[in-house]
Amino acid sequence: MKNWPLWEVFIRSKNGLEHRHCGSLHASDATMALENARDVYTRRMEGVSIWVVPSSQITASNPEHNGETFEPAMDKAYRHPTFYDLPDELKHM
Amino acid sequence: MDNKLIQYILGIADNSLILGQRLGELCGHGPSLETDIALTNISLDLFGQTRSYYQYVAQLQGGVATEDTVAFLRLEREYKNVLLVEQPNTDFGYVIAKQFLFDVFHLAFLQELQHSKDTQLAAIAVKSIKEVLYHTRFSSDWIKRLGDGTTESHGRIQTAINDLWIYTDELFQPTEADTAMVTQGIGVDSTKLKANYYQLVSAVLAEATLITPVVEYFQKGGKQGIHSEHMGFIVTELQFMQRTYPNMNW
Repeated sequence: MKNWPLWEVFIRSKNGLEHRHCGSLHASDATMALENARDVYTRRMEGVSIWVVPSSQITASNPEHNGETFEPAMDKAYRHPTFYDLPDELKHM
Repeated sequence: MDNKLIQYILGIADNSLILGQRLGELCGHGPSLETDIALTNISLDLFGQTRSYYQYVAQLQGGVATEDTVAFLRLEREYKNVLLVEQPNTDFGYVIAKQFLFDVFHLAFLQELQHSKDTQLAAIAVKSIKEVLYHTRFSSDWIKRLGDGTTESHGRIQTAINDLWIYTDELFQPTEADTAMVTQGIGVDSTKLKANYYQLVSAVLAEATLITPVVEYFQKGGKQGIHSEHMGFIVTELQFMQRTYPNMNW
């Protein structure tokens, strides 16, 4: 079981909301990953839908490049859509 | 009549209690974090079902009886669980084989119990079916994974199935209480579940490339309170807190 690959788990907490990353686990294949995710991450009614993705399939940004990747955005406040009044009916923005 | 009904309910509930206790032994000792949590989840499902049954028994007994007195203050002979569920967790193969052989029966049993004339038993059955559906899926999947896995896992799960097979027939042997409750439309006629049970179990075993054992003699006795040598140890651990600190509460 030490050789089982790692999987990333995404849970949708309610219909209409997006799946969110909630953690990772080990499993030998996708079916087992779903069952394990059910047992590890939804035992307190956290979800209505589960996605599992092999961790090896995720391409991540390089933390060494954080400077040029993220810092240029820091002083561009005008990119935030904070100048609009949102209607009360609009949830989850 | 109430006494027969009580005995009948205990016959159902004690299976869940003792199997739940066996699974509880694995808490923190599962082969991987994920399986550890999965098995203890099943244990908690079974304890939840047990509580509903024992609350009903306590209500029928009246007086000072509570779900806790029913669970913790009986003598070994007064537990009516089948021998299968008290067998030890020798290795992961035995844990899964025991679970699987019980789950297939448990599901078929509850699917009948939901039509019981006793509305309380029917309601417990309806609630439990979803849980046991998952248990059956979990244990069947593992039977296939182990059977169709490596030479080592195949050998171990076949050994476990062979060793536990002698305890399967008891699931279908009616007690006096069973017969009385079937007559009243309250109980499930387990003898009618037998053919389908062996068919379902054999199909999963075949898919798992395992051999369905053939034996001449089956063990029995648990339903009459005549248990295997393992039961005393289980009851000792189960009852330790209530025996040492009577009436203690969390």
